[in-house]
Amino acid sequence: MTTPPPQPAPQAYAQQSAPNWQGAPGTSYTSPIPVTRTHLGHALASEWTKIKSVRSTLWTLGIFLFLVLGGGLFVSAQTEDLNYQDLPFTFPAFIGLLLGQICLITLGVLVTSSEYGTGMIRTTFTASPQRYRVFAAKILVFFAVAFAVSAGSILLVGLLTSSMHSGPEAADLSWGGTVLKGGLYVSLLGVLGLAVGSMLRHSAGAITAMLGIVLLPSILPVFLMISRSTRTLGEKMQEYNAINALAKIFGADGGSTGGSQVWLLVGVTAAAVVGAFALLERRDV
Amino acid sequence: MIEAVGLTKRYGAKTAVYNLSFQVRPGTVTGFLGPNGSGKSTTMRMILGLDQPTTGQVTIGGYPYRKLPNAPRQVGALLDAKAVHGGRHARNHLLCLAQLSGIPARRVDEVLGVVGLQDVAKKRSKGFSLGMGQRLGIAAALLGDPQVLLFDEPVNGLDPEGILWVRNLMKSLAAEGRTVFVSSHLMSEMALTAEHLIVIGRGQLLADMSVRDFISHNSADFARVRTPETEPQQREKLTAALTEAGGQVLPEQDGALRVMGLPLPRISDLAHGADVRLWELSPHQASLEEAYMRMTQGAVDYRSTVDQRAGLQQQLPPGAMPQQQFPAPGQGQPDWYAPPPPQQGGQPFAPPQAAPGGPNPYAAPPQPPAAPAAPAAPADLNKPEDPR
Repeated sequence: MTTPPPQPAPQAYAQQSAPNWQGAPGTSYTSPIPVTRTHLGHALASEWTKIKSVRSTLWTLGIFLFLVLGGGLFVSAQTEDLNYQDLPFTFPAFIGLLLGQICLITLGVLVTSSEYGTGMIRTTFTASPQRYRVFAAKILVFFAVAFAVSAGSILLVGLLTSSMHSGPEAADLSWGGTVLKGGLYVSLLGVLGLAVGSMLRHSAGAITAMLGIVLLPSILPVFLMISRSTRTLGEKMQEYNAINALAKIFGADGGSTGGSQVWLLVGVTAAAVVGAFALLERRDV
Repeated sequence: MIEAVGLTKRYGAKTAVYNLSFQVRPGTVTGFLGPNGSGKSTTMRMILGLDQPTTGQVTIGGYPYRKLPNAPRQVGALLDAKAVHGGRHARNHLLCLAQLSGIPARRVDEVLGVVGLQDVAKKRSKGFSLGMGQRLGIAAALLGDPQVLLFDEPVNGLDPEGILWVRNLMKSLAAEGRTVFVSSHLMSEMALTAEHLIVIGRGQLLADMSVRDFISHNSADFARVRTPETEPQQREKLTAALTEAGGQVLPEQDGALRVMGLPLPRISDLAHGADVRLWELSPHQASLEEAYMRMTQGAVDYRSTVDQRAGLQQQLPPGAMPQQQFPAPGQGQPDWYAPPPPQQGGQPFAPPQAAPGGPNPYAAPPQPPAAPAAPAAPADLNKPEDPR
């Protein structure tokens, strides 16, 4: 319709004498395709196409679902009605989430770092020099996908468990909040991974950094507790590390419901996203 | 129209591009030439707003790239054929780019047809050959039907049919009034495609002129003359006669003479007058490649040396003569294509002292040498000494 099929240009063109390029014919070209004003919606559609057209999405989310649903069913089958006197019915999803959060972190990192790794990012930023728009779309699309999958799988585990264990001994605690908070927590970890991936621009490096962020605060307190001077730090780390936060959200820690842990992650993620935005506009790609 | 003004890019201590100013006009194919590492790709990236210039600016149609409203509809670029996510199939790759700039999905199938990839549209681009990757990159550049097109090495890895296609595509795009800016190392290809040339070396502008001017400024047509090898004195005699008649004579490695400044019939007459027999008298038209080689000789960063296989050779038995090895043409011999411009005296490339835009020392036609310098004796180059 627009680009004519490559026709052999007339031979005379090549041998045209004295190229008078100052007075070149037709000094501009106007495309017949109407030009639209681009906005975030275009970037969202583009990122949706991207995230669903690579295999890493399928793999990471597939393993996540396998871990959360499979692990949840296994735990659910091993427990008795009595266990749910002080635990919500979504508790069996907790075990799967401990491992499954790594999958979401990996996917989050890959959403940006794979573009840097393959060089696709140059093509992307050439197609949309408004880098902030692309990055915002990445975060929104990834968060929507991650939250839908994680909250959905937690909900499914909750429903299955409640159908298996709703005997008179179970207390039937309300568990709607755990679905939302659990899904939010692991999805935010993924968004944090995405921001870290955008800042480090290297898949393996960013995944390793994220594993450090998730795992170190749960290991370090053992050593920090030894010394009196670092004891408070160790206690805080123990209270707020990702594994303990998930345990609190799923009621494995008695009274607390993990609200402050979720807020801390919201803050950390927001800071990382702001940092990623700031670097994104300034750095060369 | 692309316009660069005083473009400079530094990476730490290394200056990749220095004070580059040029214009790329619509309606013609403009070639962008330079040795490896001379800053071509950096310049392309700065045009596309991917890299921020240290100083200076580059605009397209009056706007910096990142300020263009809906940039892909005005500028299309092929930077690197491998700049795709290999796990995504070709159609989805183009689709996500089309969606980003609000281009209808129908257009994706159109450009896939234009570049001839319609049959592999649903194949993952990881399995693409280099040529197929180039076609995909060209498809991405054409997607927005833009008025400005940039291609970095578009014919890399293409088959002869593909090269012909790209050549005709560039010309037809330019004929429609678009601005087409192409970098390439294939001189023969550039000579056929481009009408105008921008040549850079070590990040600085060496030439900005039409192909025709470029060739005539940077190389001279010459005649190759060969006298009977059995009688070296005839060669001396002829050299003297030709120099006396106002020609420039340079000896070639194989014993022939390179004569500039005299038409062929005159050379023949002079030889006849000096009673010298000729074994060869052939005209030699300068090509773009020779002109380019001559101009960029001093600005080449990466030069091959002779592979000596030192230390890997077996010890020769005492008394045995080592086999004489001659370097292959071109290898470690920067002056193979053309002798160094004599007026430079083999000086290593120095930043032009003249003000930018002033007379370019490298664009000047070669001056007659004071004495016929042996072509194999440029003092500048780290030419490997023969170990024997």
